[in-house]
Amino acid sequence: MFDFSALTNWIHAGLLSFMPEWLAVTTECVLIGLVLLTVYALLALFYIYYERKVCAAFQCRLGPDRVGPMGLLQSFADMFKMLIKELISLKHTDKFLFALAPYLVILASMLAFAVLPWGNGLQIIDFNIGIFFLIAVSSIGVLGILLAGWSSNNKFTLIGALRSGAQMVSYELSIGLSVLTMVCLAGTMSVGGIVEEQRDLWFIFSGHIPAIIAFIIYLIAGTAETNRGPFDLPEAESELTAGYHTEYSGMHFGFFYLAEYLNLFIVSGVAALLFFGGWMPLHIPGWESFNHIMDYIPSVIWFIGKAVVISFIIIWFKWTFPRLRIDHILSLEWKYLLPINLVNLVLMVLIVVYGLHF
Amino acid sequence: MVSLSISNATLAIAAALTGIGLVALALWLAGLLGPKSFNPQKGEAYECGIPTRGESMAQFKVGYYLFAILFLMFDVECVFLFPWAVRVKELGGAGLISIAIFFTILVLGLVYAWRKGALEWK
Repeated sequence: MFDFSALTNWIHAGLLSFMPEWLAVTTECVLIGLVLLTVYALLALFYIYYERKVCAAFQCRLGPDRVGPMGLLQSFADMFKMLIKELISLKHTDKFLFALAPYLVILASMLAFAVLPWGNGLQIIDFNIGIFFLIAVSSIGVLGILLAGWSSNNKFTLIGALRSGAQMVSYELSIGLSVLTMVCLAGTMSVGGIVEEQRDLWFIFSGHIPAIIAFIIYLIAGTAETNRGPFDLPEAESELTAGYHTEYSGMHFGFFYLAEYLNLFIVSGVAALLFFGGWMPLHIPGWESFNHIMDYIPSVIWFIGKAVVISFIIIWFKWTFPRLRIDHILSLEWKYLLPINLVNLVLMVLIVVYGLHF
Repeated sequence: MVSLSISNATLAIAAALTGIGLVALALWLAGLLGPKSFNPQKGEAYECGIPTRGESMAQFKVGYYLFAILFLMFDVECVFLFPWAVRVKELGGAGLISIAIFFTILVLGLVYAWRKGALEWK
């Protein structure tokens, strides 16, 4: 398996050979920023296309097929359209908070994006509390949404933002607890460490029943966290126009749109990291030659492939379940998922302490 | 992309600056490329087509507030569980007993809120 740290170390050594340390570090930070920006934008465009195609397939339509081969350039066209639209300034908004909200939403997804394990040695930030950092930064997004709804001075946006806030903070508990369950099994909070722990067997297999329950709860909570699928009532178009981003126009709206798709990727990426081994190939203990063949598939493809498959399940939810009501959403979280999660945590702890896992 | 000489804090700041830079750059581009026309109707709230009545910062249901408080309580307790979760294997039985007491208090809090009807959406 190719280790990307060889490449990064080579770049580092190359830069150090003709410039001082501080300049090399600055150059590397700029390079990392550029790579991050490119991957971020390309993945968002891919996800917009992917979702539209999958939705179309569920409804027996073709989906976008006019711009470029198989409609591949559709999302580029959408992006340029959004760029040349006017940014309308409204009369009664809170100007500062109104402008601040898109920054917070993008900042949250960008920071979470940088923590994901992309491949062998291809991870930007590797804190020793990595997964904790991920949960922490993704909650900045709630602030952005609440500010957007509040500052727009519109009744629809206010209701949308409040619904979204209540829903996102509630389901954050479930995400936190199912992550906690997996941290018990992994014995580390570092993202690199969690991936390394799954070298022999992915956690979904080695943690058997509690891991599967945690995965299902994580998937439900993750869908709610991204305001998607059956939990999309913050932007229920039939009652609230567009929810919290009703008043945003042009590129301002584009950021919310971008962040929504990126959050879908981040939620699936974290699911891949916690339950399906991050970039780690499928290894089965005892099947040496099988494991060896799996190692030939590059780690980046493993990670993105897992994330895309999990996103497919989340998109599938959207076209299978009808939209929930706000009281149903909250009682689902507080009366069902939270108690199940607590029991599941106890179960996992007992399994880890008495060594009953594989 | 882990280089040994760059600290994680620096990288986090670089990522944050990238995010801020993306928004600033795209907004600047949009301002440059987009048309600018003035119409007093454009500044109105996008609600129903007729002029908006009353304040938009309207009263909202107190239930949202209650759930926010409950979230705060449980989230903080969840954070306290994290350091123990990392060392769960090493701490073994002794750690299990001490965390069980803490955990019971957490569950009692949930039971209390449930019995008091804080989880009902009335």
